[in-house]
Amino acid sequence: MVNERVLEKLEILSDAAKYDVSCASGQSKRANKDKGLGDSKGYGICHAFTEDGRCVSLLKILLTNHCIFDCAYCVSRKSNDVKRAAFTIEEVVDLTINFYRRNYIEGLFLSSGIFDSPDYTMERLVKIARKLRTEQNFNGYIHLKAIPGASEELMKEAGLYADRLSVNVEMPTEKSLKLLAPEKKHQDVLRPMTYLKTEIAGYKEEKSRNRKAPLFAPAGQSTQMVIGATPESDLDILGMSHHFYSQMNLKRVYYSGYVPISDDNRLPSLGTPVPIIRENRLYQADWLLRFYGFEFNELVGIDQPNLELDVDPKLSWALRNLDQFPVDINSADLEMIIRIPGIGVQSARKIVAARRFRRLQPEHLKTMGIAYNRARYFLAFSRPFSRQPDFTSNQLKQLILTAQKSKYTSAFSTQLSLF
Amino acid sequence: MTTLQYDGTYEGWLTAVFDIYAYKLEDVVFNKPGASSGLMFGSTHRVITDETKGERVWLGLQKRLSADGLKRLYKTFLADFEKPEETMWHFVRHVFNNSHNVEEDYSHPAVWEIRKTAKRVDREVHRMEAFVRFKLTRDHLYYAIIEPDCDVLSLISNHFESRFADQRWLIYDARRRYGIYYNLENVTTVAIDFHQGRATSNLIAEISDEREEFYQDLWRSYFKSVTIAARKNLRLQLQHMPKRYWKHLTEKMSKG
Repeated sequence: MVNERVLEKLEILSDAAKYDVSCASGQSKRANKDKGLGDSKGYGICHAFTEDGRCVSLLKILLTNHCIFDCAYCVSRKSNDVKRAAFTIEEVVDLTINFYRRNYIEGLFLSSGIFDSPDYTMERLVKIARKLRTEQNFNGYIHLKAIPGASEELMKEAGLYADRLSVNVEMPTEKSLKLLAPEKKHQDVLRPMTYLKTEIAGYKEEKSRNRKAPLFAPAGQSTQMVIGATPESDLDILGMSHHFYSQMNLKRVYYSGYVPISDDNRLPSLGTPVPIIRENRLYQADWLLRFYGFEFNELVGIDQPNLELDVDPKLSWALRNLDQFPVDINSADLEMIIRIPGIGVQSARKIVAARRFRRLQPEHLKTMGIAYNRARYFLAFSRPFSRQPDFTSNQLKQLILTAQKSKYTSAFSTQLSLF
Repeated sequence: MTTLQYDGTYEGWLTAVFDIYAYKLEDVVFNKPGASSGLMFGSTHRVITDETKGERVWLGLQKRLSADGLKRLYKTFLADFEKPEETMWHFVRHVFNNSHNVEEDYSHPAVWEIRKTAKRVDREVHRMEAFVRFKLTRDHLYYAIIEPDCDVLSLISNHFESRFADQRWLIYDARRRYGIYYNLENVTTVAIDFHQGRATSNLIAEISDEREEFYQDLWRSYFKSVTIAARKNLRLQLQHMPKRYWKHLTEKMSKG
């Protein structure tokens, strides 16, 4: 039965693709053209959530899991004894269109193992994107993997059809990459990334001058690093992210806590828990870099190479910089209000808007949905100014930790009882 | 205390606001058909929906609020919570008491309440953009049944019209018993008697496109195989996708 074979392929090739954590479908505005199918409105939609709590926004599959490489951290590595499969171009197009029409997905995220050669692989990815855009008049979201080593012509064509392109750096340092994927070099990843950066900037500029100029990867580039498979510190990792954001203009860096999939002795053994808390702290730090105006060296440094696990990086920063507090929310700049633990970007904006009408008091903050129990230690109110006792940062940390109910409490209590 | 008996439409409610000022009514509560009228004391004022009166209130609001602020008020009306009218009235009174725009006066309880409620409606809109699951019938109609917390059909209509421009579709709100239907030209509101109870599996099989079940199977299988078992976190799943929505989600239904 043809149907059963497609079902089996989908099982194999979505299972193999799921470790790529990117699922973003936003940041691209693509209008529905000539009453065709689909559009992207600039914000992502999560259509479903799996039992691990992750969002399903795109049909995320590999074209094939046949691969000529043998990277230790990858399930599709050549030496791994897994079922192999390959979709035909028509099958991927048919799946995408029919899932999209039922409102299951925002679009397609297509990646692939490398078969034959990078060009041969990339050509097939591009062919699928071209068919979707030109034959099916599909205007939904397309994320394509840029295959390192593929020709610039193919990269360029990919950018004309895709909303986002990504090349995964995988290992935060060259040394780790050498250890786990001896056939690969960081340079292989950085070269296409640099090429795409220039193209994206060029098309963007052209678009600003000429409205009719074609779109080129309007949602930009992203990349992914595996966390916890190798001994890098958060300083190494965030330093790399900083480089990607500031030098490569990347839209997103993803952190993927290593899920043990192999008994290779170069890697954490099977059954080692996924470093979920660390991964979460890295994402929080990443957010602080992109939306809160923090510099990466404010969060980690040589004297403190790793983010604290028991408190989030913003609170951690505040505790290390108590001299910057208390902050008077009735007069401070937005930039400083954003840095108060318990107040996010949106809340900070609300505060700045609301204080034009009257002086804000603690009870106002409580009703405005601010995490007051956390923020209160960092706030100064002029009336009535109830002085906070001078806590040391350690005392403050304990106060806040006792008051909050962290979703990670159980993880820490087992950890602490070891000592 | 005066009970304003209005017809349950937004225009009717705006007329009611006009009447409050025209008749200098104080201590008002609102009541619409179908809602329980709990007041035993006080008088009742019957509001007769009037386009001109409603328009005047609307223009007055328009002068003092941004497009966003106006929309928040309307969304609160669609929230379908117990008595949104009172909150709306407190907000409107605050707006008319000031000559400048007070929509960002968040430390004022009514302003905050409106913002909060509009936000909840926005969330429900976003959820419906995500959780609608179309099924294809033999005569090429993509249909979906939803039961949202708020009355959001009018707010999601544009999204689906621009996205699914080349397929006929119907989204039916089973809680409020009406739907929106797109016929490849435009969207219209339809009230149909669409009893779910009667839709037996035989009937569904009869009206379904022959490939429909296949794509549902594929989707269920996809949904299962992208889960990373080592990261299982059911609490997080529930937080994003509360159980009350599962009934109409293809991936959470068992086969057939």
